[in-house]
Amino acid sequence: MATRQTASLARLMRAPAIILLLIWMVVPLGMTLYYSFLNYNLLNPAVTSWAGWFNYQYFYTDPAFLDSLWNTLVLVVGVLLITVCGGIAIAILIDKPIFGQGLVRILVISPFFVMPPVAALIWKNMIMHPSYGVFADIAKFFGTSPVDWFAQYPLFSIIIIVAWQWLPFATLILLTSLQSLDGEQMEAAEMDGAPAYSRFIHLVLPHMARAITVVILIQTIFLLSIYAEILVTTNGGPGTASTNLTYLIYRAARLNFDIGGAAAGGVIAVVLANIVAIFLMRAVGKNLD
Amino acid sequence: MARAVTRNTRIGWTIVAWAVALVIFFPILYTIITSFKSEQEAIAGFDLIPSLTLESYQTVQTQNNYFRPFMNSVILAVGSTLLALIVAIPAAWAMAFSPTRHTKNILMWMLSTKMMPAVAVLVPIYLIFLRFGLMDTRIGLTVLLMLINLPIVVWMLYTYFREIPGEILEAARMDGASLRDEILYILTPMAVPGIASTMLLNVILAWNEAFWTIQLTTTSAAPLSAFIASFSSPQGLFWAKLSAASTMAIAPILILGWFSQKQLVRGLTFGAVK
Amino acid sequence: MGRITLEGVTKRFGDVEVIPPLNLDIEDGEFVVFVGPSGCGKSTLLRLIAGLEDVSAGRILIDGTDATEASPAKRGLAMVFQSYALYPHMSVRKNIAFPLKMAGMDKAEQDRRIAAAANALNLTDYLDRRPGQLSGGQRQRVAIGRAIVREPSAFLFDEPLSNLDAALRVGMRLEISELHTRLRTTMIYVTHDQVEAMTLADKIVVLHAGRIEQVGSPLDLYMRPRNVFVAGFIGSPKMNLFTGEAAAEYGARTIGVRPEHIAISTEGGTWKGRVGVSEHLGSDSFFYVEDTGLAETVTVRADGEIGLHHGDEVWLTPSEDKVHKFDDGGDLIE
Repeated sequence: MATRQTASLARLMRAPAIILLLIWMVVPLGMTLYYSFLNYNLLNPAVTSWAGWFNYQYFYTDPAFLDSLWNTLVLVVGVLLITVCGGIAIAILIDKPIFGQGLVRILVISPFFVMPPVAALIWKNMIMHPSYGVFADIAKFFGTSPVDWFAQYPLFSIIIIVAWQWLPFATLILLTSLQSLDGEQMEAAEMDGAPAYSRFIHLVLPHMARAITVVILIQTIFLLSIYAEILVTTNGGPGTASTNLTYLIYRAARLNFDIGGAAAGGVIAVVLANIVAIFLMRAVGKNLD
Repeated sequence: MARAVTRNTRIGWTIVAWAVALVIFFPILYTIITSFKSEQEAIAGFDLIPSLTLESYQTVQTQNNYFRPFMNSVILAVGSTLLALIVAIPAAWAMAFSPTRHTKNILMWMLSTKMMPAVAVLVPIYLIFLRFGLMDTRIGLTVLLMLINLPIVVWMLYTYFREIPGEILEAARMDGASLRDEILYILTPMAVPGIASTMLLNVILAWNEAFWTIQLTTTSAAPLSAFIASFSSPQGLFWAKLSAASTMAIAPILILGWFSQKQLVRGLTFGAVK
Repeated sequence: MGRITLEGVTKRFGDVEVIPPLNLDIEDGEFVVFVGPSGCGKSTLLRLIAGLEDVSAGRILIDGTDATEASPAKRGLAMVFQSYALYPHMSVRKNIAFPLKMAGMDKAEQDRRIAAAANALNLTDYLDRRPGQLSGGQRQRVAIGRAIVREPSAFLFDEPLSNLDAALRVGMRLEISELHTRLRTTMIYVTHDQVEAMTLADKIVVLHAGRIEQVGSPLDLYMRPRNVFVAGFIGSPKMNLFTGEAAAEYGARTIGVRPEHIAISTEGGTWKGRVGVSEHLGSDSFFYVEDTGLAETVTVRADGEIGLHHGDEVWLTPSEDKVHKFDDGGDLIE
């Protein structure tokens, strides 16, 4: 549609964004890759040397690494299960003809705008604290002894917090998708005598399939990088019970000053994220005409 | 689906929906309530009626100088968003109105940079910040947050610009408008709602960013996210004070967020769900 | 002045040649219609003249000066778009004023011209509304208003009526026709609707696959189509086109006879058949006659009062001097 004049101008206008992002991607990733093959510790930077695959081997044989991979998986899958199932249920609920729909919506999406450290602190101190939290108050009310959530169920507690933060996102996306469902189609199905559950299985779910996929993929990208919630609540412990890959790498880099090791972990994290990203890009790409 | 429902069904669903909504909102509500309690009240057990004291808010300001992290948050969120817009508006304009064979690939590639896990580049960014004296500076963090959100900004603007019909810009060209006139009188006024939405979402995202802000600041450039995270250390545990700090940290963005529901869906799904 | 000359104008998108080298002369004050099926390149041709697309080869002359490389703004042409392309954030007044403002015209002159245009187009009461508050017909008028105020050397219309409903379309067609009579400015009008072409044009350019099939006055094209494509495209209902034995009798590959040039009778004639569908419009009746031994159904126009119905047996006779004969390549045999 464009003429030559506008085309060359367009090239000039695209350039800054592309160059910036190119630098942002290539330079740090290149450095990470390079460091991952070095023996490099900030406590002793003088003895930096070529390490070959040592950092990867070290990471791979470290029991904390396998723990962290497992914890990452449990965290991601657990949060996804809660948010997707809960999100579908709440989206359908809000879509019903209820009084004060707008206000209900606002209340439900609010947790998404709470910054991660605040969310974690609220849950840690106001809700789950073994002596002063609301859960403890409820336990005392029923005469049972309160649970020390972060000591006894550290990973589960973090899953609850993160799920609370992401439930609004899933709900909002699924609600948007639900509202684009063709009302006449539903009415036709009702005329044909399809009961509510079969309308849900055969019409609503397939319609939302795309939105569900997008929710799963986008959340996975963010959930792989959960950090502040762990830092503020359990610090990864007890032991490695609530350490995910992100937190493990953070510890290697910032607490052990092991640059080489952390870089190797970073490369592994990129590979993991890319596996998810490929699927996400396909889902998004289909939507570009 | 506008269908006739009986009043009773409607009341029934309303009660269920409000119950669910209140449970989800409860932690926020309870924090706000606690922020108006005294410290003694705050640990005295479950109670939804505070004595409405502002004591905790005063403490947070006097003891911790709350104003500084708050201003840092404002500067980082607004600054990084404005920087991103300056770079992204021309790029999105070019891709929307003068697409080439590669436009789709460029957009997808930009998206892919957003998927790079932050922790993967923690080491190099940390070293670069150390090396160039950017640690705990607003400028370093502003640029970093700009880079992190740039793909989303370009994408959102692109989808908004695409909704402006090309014929209108051609009409302006036929009417004798130069490129400058075209951007000034036609494109900008039509794009303002989209640009505003994009700004809104990105201020929210930057405000809530809690990985890099914690990694790369200590005190002087620390925004609210890093400031609040420091409350996790055991010596600072005062319930009412924590609640007051938390309330102040989330209140502005919570209110902005309520206005941004639509943009949130578009911005965070990259247009994959409409 | 508005004399536009195309010399060997060519347009390629990548490897695809959408418009092969094309020559055309448009005289000052002429109303020229580009007509053809969708995808024939008529809109592209208009956009090349407007300067919204670059030509791949050839020259475009406006009033004798080479405008091939000139930007749209510099060509002194005005365009009315299919979607009207009104500026949604401006009032009607500002929309119409925009080209004047771009030309740097002083405020008093702007107001005078806007008032005159609004008056001529019945828009005076709507000047302070936004386009979103107007009906389709009113938006169309605003688009025309925006085009006429700057007194261009030629108007370009890109299917301007296709978004209007049938009744409005007839009204707007008359208005555009009156506008041309009043202004006497060159107009180039693109449409796929041959009725619009026939009613509006001084000169019709029939395009097919980027090529000019025929240029001529409406009646010229109707009476003397140069090939099968034009014969089939111009006229409603369509001209009857027969191949095979019936055509061979005339020494042609294809013959064409317009519905009004076939006599229908219950007594006798050349082809015997049976009435299929019949349409009685009052002034005319159309019969679609089947089982004639010809491969094609024959359309016949007859008097409105003729009393024939479905299933009736009839005889058809073409008027010999009105039969168009076409050769193997589809061209007219003179």
